Amino acid sequence: MAQQTIAGKTVEVTDEGYLQDYSQWNEEIAKELAKEEGIELTEDHFKVLRFLREKYEEGANLTIRKVGKSGITDIKGFYNLFPGGPLKKSSKIAGIPKPTSCV
Amino acid sequence: MENQEKQQKINKVAVICAKGNLEDVYAALVLANGAVMDGIEAKLFFTFFGLDAVIKKRMNKLQTATVGNPALRMPNGTRMGNLLGMIPGIQPMVSKMMKKQMDELDVPPVDEFLDMITAGGGEVYACQLAVDMFKVKREELSEHVSDVLTVGEFYEKAAGEGAQIIFT
Repeated sequence: MAQQTIAGKTVEVTDEGYLQDYSQWNEEIAKELAKEEGIELTEDHFKVLRFLREKYEEGANLTIRKVGKSGITDIKGFYNLFPGGPLKKSSKIAGIPKPTSCV
Repeated sequence: MENQEKQQKINKVAVICAKGNLEDVYAALVLANGAVMDGIEAKLFFTFFGLDAVIKKRMNKLQTATVGNPALRMPNGTRMGNLLGMIPGIQPMVSKMMKKQMDELDVPPVDEFLDMITAGGGEVYACQLAVDMFKVKREELSEHVSDVLTVGEFYEKAAGEGAQIIFT
């Protein structure tokens, strides 16, 4: 656990760079975190990020399948938006904890 | 940390499924999907009875064995036992219950699971020998199957630095 300054705001992050407190998140932080993953965020990305945050708040166990059924994007689209690990990368950028699901 | 850096990263997995039980097929699917989810290249190879997982008419009707399966327990935790397991209707019922429980955890039916894997760039193959042996026609195979391969061709697909072959 460490403190890190992202987009001018000091936040607590885990060893793997996930925000400790999802309420410290804002869109500027998201853009900065995305840049580290080599992703330039668009409105399509933000739609997914907002969906993930909403579901996380509801206490849902997040899976790729849930995102695929969200109506925001399909699974292929999700992989295209966040290549090389869509659920982990999008969760990190959305400021929510590392996903624990195997699917 | 230093130790972690020395470890060779897994870049690619080839998962071979030779059995047509619900649990064996799902083990292969979860492993392949889990790889794709983490940015690891995945190839699935279905052979022998595992071929059922890519035969359109059969893929969503897989069952788990209720006879000869000592780990199978009733909802209350007692063993199922072979005599109970062999009663007609028990195996489909148990299999249906397992599928329902998996669905609750967002583990999809086989065809949807293959959709997920291929959407993420995973590739699905069927074994030439098994296809010939069971006299399966190409049109009976699911559209997820990109090719029917010999074992040599499969090894070519499986090759690469940091590649692993998993037999479920």
